[in-house]
Amino acid sequence: MGAALRKALALASLLLLALLCTACSHDRDPAAPSAVKLGERMSPGPWGQISRGRYLVRAGDCEACHTAPNGAPFAGDRAIPTPFGTIYSSNITPDPETGIGNWTDEDFYRAMHEGIDREGDHLYPAFPYPWYTKLSRDDVLSIKAYLDTLTPVRQVHRHNELPWPLDQRGLMAMWDGMYFQDGTYQPDPKRSAQWNRGAYLVKGLGHCSACHGDKNFAGATDMDDPPTGGYAENAYAPSLAGGVRDGLGSWTEQDIVQYLGTGRNSRTSAAGPMAEVVEQSTQYLSKPDLEAIAVYLKSLPAPKDASVATVDKDTLDRGAALYVDNCEACHLKQGQGEIGAFPPLRQSSAVQANSADTLIGVILDGARIPQTTAEPTGLAMQGFADHLSDAQIADLNTYIRNAWGNHAEAVEADHVADLRETLRKSP
Amino acid sequence: MNHDPARRDFLRLVGVTVPAGMVLCACGGSGTDAHGGTANAFFAPGEMDFIQAATARLIPTDALGPGGDKAGIPTFLDLQLAGPYGRAERWYMQGPWPTGIDGQGYQLRFTPAQLYRQAIAGIDKHCRGKYQQPFVGLTGEQQDEVLRALEGGKVDLGDVPSKTFFNLLWQNTQEGFLADPAYGGNRDFAGWKLVGFPGPRYNYVREIGEYGKPYQQPYVSLIGRAPGTALAHAGEAS
Amino acid sequence: MARRMPPVDVVLVGFGWTASIIAQELTDAGVQVLALERGAWRDTVPDFATDHIQDELRYAVRKQIFESPERETLTFRNNASQTALPMRHLGSFMPAAGVGGAGVHWNGQCWRFLPQDFVIRSHTEQRYGKGFIPADMNLQDWGVTYEELEPHYDRFEYLCGISGQAGNVNGQLVAGGNPFEGPRKRGYPLPPLERSASTVLFDKAAREVGFNPFPCPAANASRPYRNPLGVQMGQCTYCGYCEWFGCGNYSKASPQTTILPVLLRKDNFHFRTHCNVTRVNTDSTGKRATGVTYVDVEGNQIEQPAQMVVLCAFAQHNVHLLLLSKIGQPYDPVSNTGVVGRNYAYQITSSVDVFQKERLNPFMGAGALGQAIDEFNGDNFDHGPHGFVGGGYIALWNTGGRPILQHYLPQDAPKWGAGWKKAMHENYLTACSIATHGSVMSYRTSYLDLDPTWRDVYGNPLLRLTFDFQPNELKMSGFLTDKAAQIGRAIPGASIHEKKRQGPYSIVPYQTTHNTGGAVMGDDPKTSVVNRYLQSWDVPNLWVMGASVFPQNAGYNPTGTVGALTYWSAEAMKRYLKNPGPLVTT
Repeated sequence: MGAALRKALALASLLLLALLCTACSHDRDPAAPSAVKLGERMSPGPWGQISRGRYLVRAGDCEACHTAPNGAPFAGDRAIPTPFGTIYSSNITPDPETGIGNWTDEDFYRAMHEGIDREGDHLYPAFPYPWYTKLSRDDVLSIKAYLDTLTPVRQVHRHNELPWPLDQRGLMAMWDGMYFQDGTYQPDPKRSAQWNRGAYLVKGLGHCSACHGDKNFAGATDMDDPPTGGYAENAYAPSLAGGVRDGLGSWTEQDIVQYLGTGRNSRTSAAGPMAEVVEQSTQYLSKPDLEAIAVYLKSLPAPKDASVATVDKDTLDRGAALYVDNCEACHLKQGQGEIGAFPPLRQSSAVQANSADTLIGVILDGARIPQTTAEPTGLAMQGFADHLSDAQIADLNTYIRNAWGNHAEAVEADHVADLRETLRKSP
Repeated sequence: MNHDPARRDFLRLVGVTVPAGMVLCACGGSGTDAHGGTANAFFAPGEMDFIQAATARLIPTDALGPGGDKAGIPTFLDLQLAGPYGRAERWYMQGPWPTGIDGQGYQLRFTPAQLYRQAIAGIDKHCRGKYQQPFVGLTGEQQDEVLRALEGGKVDLGDVPSKTFFNLLWQNTQEGFLADPAYGGNRDFAGWKLVGFPGPRYNYVREIGEYGKPYQQPYVSLIGRAPGTALAHAGEAS
Repeated sequence: MARRMPPVDVVLVGFGWTASIIAQELTDAGVQVLALERGAWRDTVPDFATDHIQDELRYAVRKQIFESPERETLTFRNNASQTALPMRHLGSFMPAAGVGGAGVHWNGQCWRFLPQDFVIRSHTEQRYGKGFIPADMNLQDWGVTYEELEPHYDRFEYLCGISGQAGNVNGQLVAGGNPFEGPRKRGYPLPPLERSASTVLFDKAAREVGFNPFPCPAANASRPYRNPLGVQMGQCTYCGYCEWFGCGNYSKASPQTTILPVLLRKDNFHFRTHCNVTRVNTDSTGKRATGVTYVDVEGNQIEQPAQMVVLCAFAQHNVHLLLLSKIGQPYDPVSNTGVVGRNYAYQITSSVDVFQKERLNPFMGAGALGQAIDEFNGDNFDHGPHGFVGGGYIALWNTGGRPILQHYLPQDAPKWGAGWKKAMHENYLTACSIATHGSVMSYRTSYLDLDPTWRDVYGNPLLRLTFDFQPNELKMSGFLTDKAAQIGRAIPGASIHEKKRQGPYSIVPYQTTHNTGGAVMGDDPKTSVVNRYLQSWDVPNLWVMGASVFPQNAGYNPTGTVGALTYWSAEAMKRYLKNPGPLVTT
């Protein structure tokens, strides 16, 4: 089989996947809950519940983890890399034997609320029940009602690849005891209904801090901490807190709505795992829900800004030359980008994030702005892995993170080498 | 970790698998490997002698800069002829092969590689007959004389019209002088420096309206700028 | 025995500009559309990415972005007394293979034809008399008027984000634009590109001579753009690698940068690459197309049934396919009867190289960055005293300064050696060239048919091209070149080299990829292959797109008119599909 044919086939399957993902999903769901009616049943009858469930399944981005590359949607078997080993997602189609076809509402609610499956085993927190526990019972059952309408697919759950003793489910009971607090979201009466709706979505179904939050050695996120950035899938999810340099401090609410709805705004564009989140999840959220999220995120305080060492001039000079030769044409001389096409790098919180991993990954492997219904253009950047050495990419990163008023920690060549190796091995 | 993307780019662009020594030759300027033998991808040693000598006459070294031989054109030609171009991979090469008129274009059954091989042998034969020396042994004036004869179609090269060969050699020589240095020619930007072409720069939005002003950025290739020019332009950092 | 695929509503042969437009329009109308592309899938990243696309040797010289004659070429001769020989490598024109077609590697020079161009026979007879038209010139009206096409030109221009300056909006002349253009309903979507130093020289000189120079309409976006489909384009950076390259910056309009992001998301659109269509199949009556047969990448013959077939390949490939499929009567030059292959035409170009002292930085350019004058195009001037039909524009295009192919040397510069080197050193940054771009009429003696000797990789006879420049065109081009020289001489301190186009036509040096005709449109089935809606007279569920339908070629680059005709035809297809009958009449 020729390389060109392989490429065509790969493309065709990608297209098919894209079609499957987006089929009959182009219109915003008219039954989408409005911002203020937190947790209330929206409309009576099964269709209302099912379409509400479909909306919530998208909001939770369930399909992303529960679908293997080229696999049937929601049939699971996607490898989820964790620092501890590989976990395979489960089949949540209503197949009686291998899916959740025999699960009762109560079984399903317990899994979502307590992280315990039908057999009574503790689930791994790669499944974000520490966040889903905040969901109202109505929402959880709507999700189940929607999942029950899917075509059952037979897909046996693959054994996780975890070292002893992590493969012992009993250990998870201990983990839950130490780090997990169940409990439905309790509205803050001092805040507006809109703020509460935003908090409900961010801390619950959206499970934003799963990526954007700091994790301890056991992989647990403190639910009370603001999402000040965290590592996720070989990338770094930047801070969503109020820091001006590396958070959302300078963003307007409209910036956030536009970013989540279209994958881009005048400040940046989604890259890495977030591009997928926008394509599969946030672009489908209703405007009131996006606005609620924006209101909540903008209420997060700015943490104390980290002190960052000054970078030596030679490194910056080398980086500047590389920038001129490789980046300046699109991101322009002052890193201002081209609004409406290529993202700015100047004053970008993603560029100045605590870790440069996302930026390094983009330079190595390239990036594509998510294609959304509202903004269909997947403007892309090529990778420079074949073009630039580790030292060059480190210098370039350090320059971009410290040019035009940017200020962030320098990047070392060894770190680029490690990430290059990791990304090369990852699927 | 030994990572040399420039070399990988170079090989990808050239599109040809060559002995490791060849790449050293392309980058380092020596046609001889550690064992003292030649390591060309296509040319036999005698053929390379002709190419070195001919490209040095077609583009001589002078006050304006290096000539064709010093600018890496022999390396460029060697790699091109060893690759898909030399094999005429994209050309329609089905017979029959009648002779046409000029306006109908190339109608020889030779690939470029075959054409060079045939022609160089014929030229050396011609030179030995007329000057008792192969082309490489002639004086510069004599070499020019032979080149002019080729250009005028006056040398018998068997099945290859000498004018056809000369035109191809001159076309390929210019390519080697002016193509991206990634292909082995235009060494140290010799060709681009001669004319003032800065290389594949990508954004002139600001500069295009600055009529009459020289362009400031250093010469750049698809595989980067020359070593040492990075710090020379430190002013860009601010 | 060919494998049979499940039927589709509409199959498109090729997946370039015209196929992308038709697919977008018909899928919006709810029809299932399949495009079959002989080349590969291509997209901005990785295929045209800026880390490798600016490679003159690979793309412009070795021609890696074009079709490969190794698989399929044509044979060529100047006239029927010669033996046509295969075009063994590309030269005079550069058709594409691959998704996006020539829309990937075009310059982006996006013009409208003049209102008179569409009625050239009746207009010429009326103004100059029947005797003005040479006897062997197959001059014909198009069957469609400028007024009918105007909304469709507009759609294509807004799709592409054309940068330009309108000269005539609803009959009102607008300063700075082309005063000769047909009236347009509104201006261009984007302002003109920045001017380069050489186009400023041209502008001043042309004004001095008394002409009205204007910025050429460019499908290179002068600003970031979002087209009516919601597709985004980046601002052109004047890198000088448009023509013969894919744009790495999302700045040049192509199917990839204007339509595909929307089209590819639709579940009623599919495409297959590396599928070379070799036949349009018809039923036993020969009056109805039943689909196409193609050869896939592994050499399998595959039949694709369809309710409707649209030929969207490059001009001569559409004609080749009609001849191979025995649809329509092949043209006979002796009796001047038959239609398929009739009225092949081309473009006649010439140039005036200008040598002066000011630094021009020619490498800062864009594919359609230019200033032009239109005083001598179409019938914008009195042809009476000159005795020829047609005309063209005169422009200074600053498409780039790629050093292998884009350098100009004085006539007396040595061809090689130290003198050549010195001339390169002295002229590269300061020389420029004024181009003329002239119309070519159709003649009894210019046509396409099947070659008796040579075959393509599929075993089919190659297409045979019989073409030469006729006295009418050489005279017209000489006239244009003299006018261009007049402008060149008005550039301060300039010496010029006037390079008139000489006959006979040669297939070797690049001229333009503006091959036209062979399946022309018109009102009369005796002199046209398709009706005014581009629908086959013989097989009503077969349609032919592209410049193959031009009855003769005008003095402009063809893509703008190809785009407008495609939208025009798409509207007719929608009416036809609602009520599939013999022919669309309204």
